[in-house]
Amino acid sequence: MTNLQSQDFVRISASTLTPPSVRDHEAEVAKLIDVSRCIGCKACQAACMEWNNVRTDIGYFEGSYDNPSDLDPGTWTLMRFTEWENDKGDLEWLIRKDGCMHCEDPGCLKACPAPGAIVQYANGIVDFISENCIGCGYCVKGCPFNIPRISKVDHKSYKCTLCSDRVGVGMEPACVKACPTGAILFGSKSAMTEWAGERVTELKSRGFANAGLYDPPGVGGTHVMYVLHHADRPSLYAGLPDNPRISPLVDIWKGLLKPVSLAGIAFAAIAGFLHWITEGPNEVQPEDEAEARRLMKEDDAR
Amino acid sequence: MTYPRGTLIRNTTATRINHWITGACFVLLMLSGLAMFHPMLFFLSGLFGGGQWTRAIHPWIGVVLTVSYAGLVVQLWRDNLWNRDDIAWMRAFNRVLANEEEDVPEVGRYNAGQKFVFWSMALVIPVLFITGIMIWEIYFSTYTTIEQQRIALLIHSLAAIAAILVWIIHVYAAIWVRGSVRSMTQGYVTPGWAWRHHRKWLRRLAETDSIGPRPRADSDAPRA
Repeated sequence: MTNLQSQDFVRISASTLTPPSVRDHEAEVAKLIDVSRCIGCKACQAACMEWNNVRTDIGYFEGSYDNPSDLDPGTWTLMRFTEWENDKGDLEWLIRKDGCMHCEDPGCLKACPAPGAIVQYANGIVDFISENCIGCGYCVKGCPFNIPRISKVDHKSYKCTLCSDRVGVGMEPACVKACPTGAILFGSKSAMTEWAGERVTELKSRGFANAGLYDPPGVGGTHVMYVLHHADRPSLYAGLPDNPRISPLVDIWKGLLKPVSLAGIAFAAIAGFLHWITEGPNEVQPEDEAEARRLMKEDDAR
Repeated sequence: MTYPRGTLIRNTTATRINHWITGACFVLLMLSGLAMFHPMLFFLSGLFGGGQWTRAIHPWIGVVLTVSYAGLVVQLWRDNLWNRDDIAWMRAFNRVLANEEEDVPEVGRYNAGQKFVFWSMALVIPVLFITGIMIWEIYFSTYTTIEQQRIALLIHSLAAIAAILVWIIHVYAAIWVRGSVRSMTQGYVTPGWAWRHHRKWLRRLAETDSIGPRPRADSDAPRA
């Protein structure tokens, strides 16, 4: 996406300054994906391609309904189908719409080295600003959900924008609009959480004792949430992380290491300068030349 | 290249060219790498034509540096082997720092400090090369898992900081010990310089009637 001046920021990648945030009264939004109501029609995928005008090359059948087989620079959302045999021996077809989770604490943004290439708007949406992206792939390492994909053509990183352009002018994301069963809903995060609670209650009454809302606290919660029938085992759903969090390796690299390194480099340079002004240069003395001449003459004489 | 009469060759023309290719690559890598390391240094990417160019060119310079440093290792490893003189020299390091070298134990072509720089770079550069390949997104991102790439990134950053610290020591020592820079630009040192800083090297050269940088193996033969 390009930068949307109509919204304001709570976070900007690779910035040491507080981003413009005077209008942070904006309500946080959320997309709620009710996996229990999804029929796997892929209308959301088609709507995403249509609204965002992205296309992917036709691939090959990989033995599953997943089509294409993975997210890519032109596939920002993807239905992932899992055939799971439950404890009673019955088949459950678990269908999860995969895509950016719009973390409250985004690992991609934390890892990004390019100022303003990744931003988080006050409404919670995490967006990639392509003109600032340098194509390094650090966002891929930062993301706990394996979402961003780097284009081999333009070396830019791509993912779901949560239709920030539509949301910015008061519309719901394209996938939400296209969903025929109401499995994808959009609204304020509090309203979506409330509605999810009703859905969970209903699922529990229907025998899904472990039904629940997936809003993982390890990343500060997300602005895309799932209602799962088996919320105790998110990884059943095509490897949805059970306890996602930004890798501690990324935390060290982007946290402590940066200031400590620069301080260390500055210290080394200052130490050198102090040595220079206290001890000064080490100059060859005339006696050294004389001694050397004497040594070489002795050797020649031998 | 002609050298002034009575001076000793410290670095051959091949070594000097090899050294400065390495040095130029190192400086470019440091500038482009720091641009991608700390937001406050991102402006350095402007030197390379912007962020995309910085990201694209950094690994290629790294490849050149790795090959170039391998050349230096081939040329200089023998004279950098650790020996007993180095321990004696290190014990006297306080006097070295105070420019009181008169009573410091004699050393050969390289002292312990120079050997430290040589071997630290010989260790750190391959580490940077391997981890750098792992995080070279365009060509190699599919060969390792994302978790392995996270580890590689952290090691790459740590190794780069170590290399920069060693580089600061190297550059400062060259400025501090007068005559060192010329030995790497024009290639020669005066006998007095060799007497003061590398007396064993001078003795070996004089014994074998060599003008440097290494003693002559066939020292009985007449000098060419």
